[in-house]
Amino acid sequence: MLRYSVKRLFSLILSLAVASLVIFFVIEIAPGDPASFMLGINAQPDTVAALRTELGLDQSKFSRYAAWVGGMLSGDFGTSYTYRTPVAEMIADRLWVSLPLALYALALSTLIAFPAGIYAAARRGKAGDMAVMGATQLGVAVPNFWFAMMLVLIFAINLRWFNAGGFVGWDEGLLAGLHSLTLPAISLALPQAAILARVMRSALLDILGEDFMRTARAKGLSRRQALWRHGLRNALIPVLTIIGLQFSFLLAGAIIIEQVFYLPGLGRLVFQAISARDLIVVESVVMLLVFAVITVNFLVDLAYAAVDPRLRSRT
Amino acid sequence: MSRNLILGGALSALVLLAAMVSFVWTPFDHTTMDIPSKLQTPNAIHWLGTDHFGRDIFSMIMVGARTSIAVALVAVGIGMSIGVPLGLAAAARSGSWLDELIMRGNDLVFAFPSLVIAILITAIFGAGAVNAIIAIGIFNIPVFARITRGAALSLWQREFILAARVAGKNAARISAEHILPNVANLLIVQGTIQFSLGILAEAGLSYVGLGAQPPTPSWGRMLADAQTMVSFAPHLALIPGTAIILTVLGLNLMGDGLRDWLDPKLRVART
Repeated sequence: MLRYSVKRLFSLILSLAVASLVIFFVIEIAPGDPASFMLGINAQPDTVAALRTELGLDQSKFSRYAAWVGGMLSGDFGTSYTYRTPVAEMIADRLWVSLPLALYALALSTLIAFPAGIYAAARRGKAGDMAVMGATQLGVAVPNFWFAMMLVLIFAINLRWFNAGGFVGWDEGLLAGLHSLTLPAISLALPQAAILARVMRSALLDILGEDFMRTARAKGLSRRQALWRHGLRNALIPVLTIIGLQFSFLLAGAIIIEQVFYLPGLGRLVFQAISARDLIVVESVVMLLVFAVITVNFLVDLAYAAVDPRLRSRT
Repeated sequence: MSRNLILGGALSALVLLAAMVSFVWTPFDHTTMDIPSKLQTPNAIHWLGTDHFGRDIFSMIMVGARTSIAVALVAVGIGMSIGVPLGLAAAARSGSWLDELIMRGNDLVFAFPSLVIAILITAIFGAGAVNAIIAIGIFNIPVFARITRGAALSLWQREFILAARVAGKNAARISAEHILPNVANLLIVQGTIQFSLGILAEAGLSYVGLGAQPPTPSWGRMLADAQTMVSFAPHLALIPGTAIILTVLGLNLMGDGLRDWLDPKLRVART
């Protein structure tokens, strides 16, 4: 297990290094000089040159890349071109909205998907199974931002149970914060829950055909007992992998949902940064998202290998 | 032929037909504004009502289908034309440095969700339908590379491939003449699924302003425009949303149906 972990860790670091190179140089080829953009078209050349020096834009590409990566490793993401505040602080503020939203949605999606998938697998081919499968087919087809608009229409505008948008802040208390993230979390969770329920059902159905399940039934366990005692634990392995993968999609998906609900999260930060050509913010947020995806996949791989020893020798 | 395939095929054909017909005919010109008849609900003249500029929604939906289909189709094309050869090459040289390089490259691209790629591209070149196509297309590459490699790997062990090798064919010829035809079914099914994901991704990107720009009509942008008016004109959001759902549902059902139809073994195992 140790050898496998070290090998995976090495591959994680390599992936992060390559990803950071790709992001940095893609942003580098962006046309336009941030210093001229910030100072406007009437700026004097010497003022622009001074700002370029201040921002470190006059250094070579390589030393700027090294400074960017070195800074990120020590928690310094640079200074926003437009707000003149540390990017790390801006991201940290926004993460307090985006991260809880993604986690909330993940929890909801798991809470919906597990019972639905288990129910469908236990009633394979019957009306209950067909109903769940039909619902998941629809859930996969619904764009989450459209679903969000419908939730706003019903629960915020008509029933007035929730606010149509905005975030009250965690200072108002945990419940108030969660309350204002509930509609966004539901709209993010629905399509993911549909996918997860289908994976859960198919993983359980695969397990039901295994020899050890037949043995369990032969011992005298009912179909349902065998499913709960032996099936579920084994089916969890592929399901956990999908949950890990979903987390990164939720974090990226939150970017669109934040637009619907005017939430002050990473999504709004990155869109504001794009329109203001604040490329250092775009660069850092993208790196953070990619870091999250790669790291979550790494953790899922490790968890997977810890549960299933056969995998350690395979990779 | 299964019920899924018929229903999915019919829905998909309907959307494709709407897109095709829109080239020669729409009930109204989709760009013509008619402020006095703005925000009408569906009626005999404007079958699906009008938007806040009095434009005919039915015509906009028809032309919007064109944008959705074009973006998703080209994105699938990009994913297939780059991903499939990569997958075939990786399988042909399984275990080699080339295989390792392709698969690690795949993992890397996988770490960039299409929205993130779109953000990067937009930050550099600005928003537009072409950039949306590139973003979704890049995201499709590792999907097709992986599925091709997986299926091709098992084929390389089969006897008919061994026979081809004995006959003196090289790896590239075997991949093109024997492996590719045998993974084609799988690719068609995956292509349908990626096509439906492409429709959803295009709508999402257009919704946040990273996709098709005015005056090109797009279902996602129609939803973005509808957002502030949803309380008093819900049909502005309901109609494009329903168009997206029916299209994606149709393609997914068709994908499921095709999978069953092309490979009866999967009928039992399918999810």
